[in-house]
Parts: sequence; C-alpha cells; structure tokens
Amino acid sequence: MNRLQRLLNSSVGAKVMVATTGLLLFGFVIVHLLGNLQIYRGQEAMNSYAKMLHDLGPLLWLARLLLLAIFVVHLGLAIRLHRANRQARPEPYYVQHTAHREPFHQRRVKATRMMVITGVVILLFVLFHLMHFTFGWINPQAYGKHDEAGRHDVFGMVISGFQNPAITLTYVVAMLLLGWHLFHGAVSTLQSLGLTHPVWRPVVEKVLWALLIFVVVGNCFIPLSILLGLWPPGG
Amino acid sequence: MKLTLHIWRQPDRNSPGRLVTYQLDGVSPDMSFLEMLDLLNEQLASSGQDPVAFDHDCREGICGMCSLVINGVPHGPLQGTTTCQLHMRHFRDGDHIYIEPFRAKAFPVIKDLVVDRSAFDRIIEAGGYISTNVGSAPEANTIPVPKEEADTAFDAATCIGCGACVAACPNASAMLFVAAKVAHFAHLPHGQPERRRRVLRMVEEMDRQGFGNCSNYEECEAACPKEISVKFIAEMNREYLRALCSPAADQV
Amino acid sequence: MTQLDGRVPSGPIAEKWDRHRRQLRLVAPANRRKFRIIVVGSGLAGASAAATLGQLGYQVDCFCFQDSPRRAHSIAAQGGINAAKNYQNDGDNVWRLFYDTIKGGDFRSREANVYRLAQISTAIIDQCVALGVPFAREYGGMLANRSFGGVQVSRTFYARGQTGQQLLLACYSALARQIDAGNVRMYPRTEMLDLVIVDGKARGIITRNLVTGEIQRHAAHAVCLATGGYGNIYYLSTNAAGCNVTATYRAYKRGAYFANPCFTQIHPTCIPPHGEHQSKLTLMSESLRNDGRIWVPKRKGDRRPPQEIPESERDYFLERMYPAFGNLVPRDIASRAIKRICDQGYGVGPLGIGVYLDFSDAIKRLGRSTIEQRYGNLFEMYERITGEDPYEVPMRIYPASHYTMGGLWVDYNLMSNIPGLFVLGEANFSDHGANRLGASALMQGLADGFFIIPNTIAHYLAGEPMQPVSTDHDAFAEAENEVRLRIRRLLQVKGRRTPDSFHRELGRLMWDNCGMIRNREGLQRTLEKVAQLREEFWENVNVLGSNEQFNIMLEKAGRVADFLEFAELMCYDALHREESCGAHFREEYQTPDGEAVRNDEQFCYVAAWEYQGVGQKPTLHKEPLVFEEVKPTVRSYK
Repeated sequence: MNRLQRLLNSSVGAKVMVATTGLLLFGFVIVHLLGNLQIYRGQEAMNSYAKMLHDLGPLLWLARLLLLAIFVVHLGLAIRLHRANRQARPEPYYVQHTAHREPFHQRRVKATRMMVITGVVILLFVLFHLMHFTFGWINPQAYGKHDEAGRHDVFGMVISGFQNPAITLTYVVAMLLLGWHLFHGAVSTLQSLGLTHPVWRPVVEKVLWALLIFVVVGNCFIPLSILLGLWPPGG
Repeated sequence: MKLTLHIWRQPDRNSPGRLVTYQLDGVSPDMSFLEMLDLLNEQLASSGQDPVAFDHDCREGICGMCSLVINGVPHGPLQGTTTCQLHMRHFRDGDHIYIEPFRAKAFPVIKDLVVDRSAFDRIIEAGGYISTNVGSAPEANTIPVPKEEADTAFDAATCIGCGACVAACPNASAMLFVAAKVAHFAHLPHGQPERRRRVLRMVEEMDRQGFGNCSNYEECEAACPKEISVKFIAEMNREYLRALCSPAADQV
Repeated sequence: MTQLDGRVPSGPIAEKWDRHRRQLRLVAPANRRKFRIIVVGSGLAGASAAATLGQLGYQVDCFCFQDSPRRAHSIAAQGGINAAKNYQNDGDNVWRLFYDTIKGGDFRSREANVYRLAQISTAIIDQCVALGVPFAREYGGMLANRSFGGVQVSRTFYARGQTGQQLLLACYSALARQIDAGNVRMYPRTEMLDLVIVDGKARGIITRNLVTGEIQRHAAHAVCLATGGYGNIYYLSTNAAGCNVTATYRAYKRGAYFANPCFTQIHPTCIPPHGEHQSKLTLMSESLRNDGRIWVPKRKGDRRPPQEIPESERDYFLERMYPAFGNLVPRDIASRAIKRICDQGYGVGPLGIGVYLDFSDAIKRLGRSTIEQRYGNLFEMYERITGEDPYEVPMRIYPASHYTMGGLWVDYNLMSNIPGLFVLGEANFSDHGANRLGASALMQGLADGFFIIPNTIAHYLAGEPMQPVSTDHDAFAEAENEVRLRIRRLLQVKGRRTPDSFHRELGRLMWDNCGMIRNREGLQRTLEKVAQLREEFWENVNVLGSNEQFNIMLEKAGRVADFLEFAELMCYDALHREESCGAHFREEYQTPDGEAVRNDEQFCYVAAWEYQGVGQKPTLHKEPLVFEEVKPTVRSYK
C-alpha cells in the first residue's frame, strides 16, 4: 500500500500515472478508430462487429469499467496536479513571457497550458458521444433500429448522425482538440515515463506522432466523408 | 542610455508589494545589469530613498545567488546567461524594463527582489549527497569511470542552484534542480549505493516544500543559465519508478 | 616585540605530520557530543571542516552570509586542484609539489606546513572523487591531469573550467548530510560581527541575522574562522561582492595576530574595467597565456584599432623583457610589467588601462577550431562581457586583485595565538608565503578542513578542562553591546556619502599605493589619507533604514568601516617589509632592470601584527622562518 500511495501522491508518481493512463486511453482511441473504420466495409461488417462486441456480455462491462477507471484516474490526478500547480505560484508575474525563444517550443508551451481546458472539452465531448451513440439521446429517431439480421443497426445510426452538419462539426472540432491535447500528451508521456534512450526515444516519438496523425485524420475523415456524401456510395 | 524601470518593491515577507517606476539616466551599454541597478541604488540612496534589495555575490555567473525576472524571463533575454553576466548592450535606449522577483510559494519574498531559496537546501539535505566519511575514501583511480558517464554527470552537476527553473516554470516546479542532482550521482559509480534511497527522499522532500509538478513545458531548460537538459527530468522519473519497485522503498 | 613560535614538530620533514598525529590528544566518540564548535564560513575550508567535525560527532554551528552555504566564493575557482599523485608518471612526488609551492611563495612560508599540504594533497583527491566530484577523465576511465601555472609536471585535477564549483558542491553536499543527521546547525544569511573571549579562550561569537537584524550570541568550546580573504579592499577585484575582512578583522581587534597582510596576489589576465560604475573584475584563466601574445602599440596613446597597427609598430614587451619565459612568466611578474607599461601611457582601451592579448598568430598557426577547443568557453565569456569577438579583435586584459596570502597568524595546528580560535583556508596566512601558485588554493582549503582541523581541534578540546560558558556571561554581553553601539553609530551619522563611494575611494587609494607596486613615500601618504578617509566616513556616511530589517546599506557600511581600519594594517606591513618578495614589490628594492630583490637576512620571517587601537601603530611580532629542507634561491625567469 505504501508504494501505491506514493505512486499516487508524489509529484513524479502522479505524473507517471497520468502518463500511463493517457497512453492507455490513447491506445483505446486507436482501437476505437480501427473499429470505426469497419464502416467502410459496409453495413454487414459494421453491424456484426458491433454485435460481436455486445455479445461479450460481462466482459464488455468489465472493459467498460476498466476504461472508466482509467479515465477517472487520468482526469482526477490531472486535476489534482493542476490545482497544486496553481497553488505553487500564488502571485502571478506582471509580465508573462515564455523563456523559450523558438516558435515551435513556444507553441508547445501553449499546448501545455491548454491541457486542462482541452481535457475538459474532451470530457464533455465523450459525454456527448455517449449520449449520441450509446444512449441515443441526441439523434433518437436513428437509434434503436435493427437491420435485416435483427442486429442493432449501428451502421445506419452512424450514417444518419453524421449527415447532420452540426453533429459532424462537433465531432471534427473535438477531434482537432484531441489532437492538440495529444500534441503535448503523446511526447510528454515518454518524458514522464523516463524514456531517454538515444536510439529508442526518437523512434518511439516518431511512431507516436504517426499514430496521433492517424487518429485525428481518421476520426475526422469518417464524419466528413459521410456529410459530404462520399460514403456510403450512392447513399 | 535612458531607461524606465518598473521594479517590484516589497518591504518584507508579510507586507504587500507593488511595481514602482523609476527613470534612470546615464546607463552605459558596457554596464552589467546589476551595475545598472547599483547605479539606481546609488541615486536612490543619495536622495534618501531605500535602495532596491537584490541578491548577488560572485558576479561572474557561477555562485547562483543573483536572480530577477526581467521582462518576464528569469535572468533576462540572453540564453545561457545569469543576470550578473547580462549586459546593458542587449537593451535599447528608452526601453521599459520590468524587474520582478522569482515567484513561487516555496520561494517567499524576503524584500523587494530578494527571495528565500532555502527550500533548495532542504531538498539537498534530504539526500543530495554521497555518504562517504572523510578518511574512508579508496584510492581515486580504483574505480574507473567511463569518460562519457563522467561528462554526463558533469553536465548535470553544473547546476548553480539559482532557482531560475522554478521561476520560469508555469507550475513553479523544481524538477530540473532535483533531477540535475539525482542524475549527477546516478551517473557515477560512487553514487550507486544510495541511488534508490536518494531519489525517493529528494523527490518527496521537493513535494513537501510546496513546489509544483512537471507538465513538461520545458521552460526550465530554456531559462537555465547553465542550459541543463530536461532529459535529466526523464531520468529522474525513471529513477523514482525503479526506486519505488526496490527494497529501498520499504526503508525510506 | 616577541618571537612567535609556530610549534612545528621536530623530526625529519617527511615524518613531522605523522609523528605529530601520534602525539595529539583524542576525544572519545561518546564525549564529542559534549563539545560545540562554531565554524564561520562555508567555502571549501569551512564546509569541509563543518562536515568533518559533524561526522565525527561534535555539535557544529556553521554560519555564512550568503543565502545558502553552496554559494561561498570558492565556487568561482576555475583552473583546478593540485595533488602529488604522479598519475602521469612524469616525475612528480610530494617533495616536488612541496618545493614548487615553497619556491612559488618566494620562501616566505613555513616549510613544515607546506610539506604537510603536499602530503595530504593525494588524500584530498580520493575524498573528492568519493564524494562525487565529476573530475575530467581519460577514455580509459582514469583521472585526467593538466599542467598549470608554469610548473614542469602535470599534477592539476580539473572539472572543465569549474573545478572550484564542483569541489564546493561536494563539500556542501557533505555538509548537507550532516545537517540532515542533526550534527550541524546551519545559519545562512548570518554575519559574524564579533569574537567572544572568556578567560583568554575563544568561546563564542556575536552575529547579526541579515534578514531580521537580530543580534545573537553563540557560545562554543572552539571557534573556526574560514571566512576567506580580503581582496575586496581594492574595491575592484575578482572576489565576490560580499567578500570582506570583517570576521578576521574583528578577531584581530580581540587580540588575534594578523600575519603578512601586505601579501596580496594580483592576477594578470582579467577583463579591464570599463568605467566608473564597474563593480567587479572578471578573471580569465591563466591558460590563455599559453597561446596568446601580449602587446601594446609602440607609440604612446596610439588610438588606432589593433588590426590597423602593423606588426613593426607593436611591442611584445613580455617577450622582449623575458626572452626565456616570454608570455608565460609567473603571475606577479606579468602583472607588474603590464601595470608599468600602462602607467607609462602605452595602455589600450577606453580608459588606457589594458594590454592586448592577441590570438591571431595562434589562430594562423593552429587553426580556429583548435583555439576554439582550447579556449572556446573563455572566448565566449569574454564576448559576453565586452561585446567583442576575440577571434577577430585581440582581447584586452589588465591585472586585478585575486587572492590574499596574508591572514590571521596560526601555528602548525592552525590555531591562532588566541587558544580555541582556529583559522582555515584563505583566512589564515600559512601555506602560500608571499605568492600563491595556481591550483593551490583549493588544495589548501580542503587540506585544512578535511584532514588537519579534525586532528588538531581534538587535541585542543581534550586538553585542560574548560569551564562551561553560557551566553549570559559578561563577555558576551559586553561584545554584543559593542556590536550594537557600532551599528547605532553607523545609523546615526546620517551624512551625505554612500558606503560604496567610500569603498571606491579607499580601493583606488590602496590599488595605487599598496597594490602591485609599493614605495615608502606612497605608503606613508596612504596611511595619512586612510586615516582622513576614515574620519570622513564616520562623519559623513549615509546609512538609511534601521537595524531591524534587511538592510543592504548597513551590511555594506559595516564592512567598509572594517576595511578602512584594516587598510592601515596593510600599509604598515608593506612599509615595514623593506624588501621585494613574491607579490610584495617595493620600488626601492629592485635590480637595475626591475627585478625583485629579496632580503633573507633581515626579512626571512612572518610578520604578525597585534592590534593596539584604531589609528595606532600595531605591534610587530616575528616568527622566524627556518629552512631545513630547501635553500632559498633567487627566482629568475629571464
């Protein structure tokens, strides 16, 4: 218990936990996107994929709980750190200026300053996303329908949802913010987890950048392609 | 050169402070920043006003006593330079210069621009040393140290303990200071026996002193007059994790 | 006048220290906690002493005026630290280091002390490496050495150009460990203002808290002063702004003898002052003279930029005057030659004080990249300060006060003539004679603190039993009262001049008359002028604010007041020493071609001065210097 307490309470430990849970969430987003891309394989593939997930039953709930726990730890620790950070400088500087002199680093400083804000917006988006597709509150007329095989028609629900420009815009903005969040978060993770190897660190960094671009581009592409009528063909 | 200075004045720890504006004429571009303040103080004192208190000692960039946040940047605009080595030729005639103390809860203001950095000493006391008693040291060349390791240890050990990292960090975090000391000893064979214990104690003392946490802004590295790399922070994080998984965590 | 006894142990020089240690009394581990020891100063000597005594189990109180013990001025030493390890197999040994140091000091230091220093030097390196000092290393993992200060062997250990910093941080870390263990209590931002003597023994100090102004009494069984040198008497020096003579001077006023105060070292390669508001001079490593050539224009007052002065109109005066050693003559000789040529009107730069140190030949010969490798960081530092690029424009250099060999008189045990008052490092006079060799100051500070004082202080403490003394003793009350009176006096003058302006004037006076070159008439005149300046100070100094606050003017005024008294002591010493030796050069005692003439028959002694009152001539005590091992010779670098 002593070790766990220290992991959660110390500055370094808490940061490591934020980084680890962040990485796990990042991994979830990637897997989630891979699943979403099923939509381009057509209604059959998409709906059977959704059914397969649903049929996991208790396992699905376990996964959901785990995900929720990760999310809560990530958020909770981040907020606690943020509050401690604000307390660490009770009196602000009259002149605020970055010590960095290069524009790239100055941008990174801005991204870092935005972490809590982008994080909270992403949280709101996740709630919105759940209300949209899981609870069906946002677009109720498209929710709860079934396909010919009697499966929940996820495909139709998604297509119908993203044909609404307001919903698509919300998703695209949220994904860009997620990218902004990860612009700091992804690389920062390596720093927090202490990866300094002269060969592996640059490699892993590049992989993370690639995954980041994949996530943002992929997640924006789906709603946009639907809104612009590129998918489904003839739909 | 003629300058308009906006300087933080605060009579003591418990009184409120404010920025006060002074006009200063006759500044030569060859003066150091502190000599410019000396000139101001000479004029203030001659007219019966309390001179501005600021910390300084060696005035050659190594003791780490000078501080100041100049136009929002600790140690001023020049990279890799302490305030005492900053010269007025980097400013222009007619400039407005804002001079504030290092600000952090862990660095309370003592007077004007002078702050109390003893929190750093307490962190070092918590483990920033190798416990070797005088008299018990083995012959110096008994333990070879690879040159690369010795050089890396030096790069970390070059920290002057000025606190610019804390002042620059939007979170007022002391990670770079602590990391530099942890890394210095972690790269030397002599530092190995206490390696786990040291990082646990130093990090936790740092937390107790009220510094913020690291958000990887890397502002510390940009402000550090000795240009110490943030890679040492990553090393410290790793050291801490390893230490948590070691038997040392049961004893500290 | 009495003859002083340095209490040097008998026997062959190589065995003196070992024999002595066999005879020293010990304090049993369980008894050490019963003794409280005060250490003033936290530089190499102070921090190493406090840490070592704490480790042994004594209760130590350590004081420094900076905000942290890590900032003491030892930190600024660049070059390195000597040790007779002979890792380079180039013929070095303890005796050679001893001989170089004695000769470098122009035969004005105590043989036995210097030999002990050379002996201990090797253990210092071992200890520092064990404490984690990242010394320069070879690829094979062994320690690297370089040659330094014109000696013929490579015995200098270094950590880039920051050796002092790394050594001080090692001592600071050892000190931090003892603070954590509860063996040492640290008092930062605290200045010692008086020494308290009870029954003839040093039993405590009076301090002022520089933040709150609180005057405090501290009692102990012994007091160690490790408060550095007094080079700041010249106002402009390479010392830190806070360096001062106050602690040692107040001890002197309480009866401790001050030895050889006129031995002050001037370093030739410093960046020249730029104007009236210059606050300090920055030292550039001596190594620059290995490749740089020093010159001035042949025509007086030649104002052309250096690049436009053709080769035939340049005077490479060191190469001309000292063909054998050229630009590499020792510090004192180079400094004097530079000063003379500037005094004659050949100096360069806006104020005419400075000579060129030119690397254009070396760059042509070796290429810019080689020069960059060797001196890159120094060139960068020069450019940062002057705004000139030394790869294009020759550097300008001028000598500056750098180190003071003089200090409180101590015997072989590092104890002053006041029992219980020990003096370590630059604050004592003991090891460097009339001139200090490069890379020896760090060595001495650590030898004193790590290895000598722990032995000798035990001998003192285990001697005759001491009465317990509390801070309520009359002697404490009296000392505190004097301190308070003096502060009140400073605050009550309410004159027109700032303490700094007095310091500047005093510095100028001392630099001109009791600096690199001295003469009888100048010294006598200075004695009068210092007295006048002091009188004016006490009538016209302006110290604002009160004692009960963070008061930078009050701090400064107290230190300047002590310098104003101490200056006289320096002049008396310089005046009485009618010879030229080491850094002390009297114009009356030189050969026709300007070389120093030492007078071993009359002045082969340590001059230790006893206080007689402000403005009164102090009493001279002599400790004869006996050379059993080496024979004094004439230093010649022609």
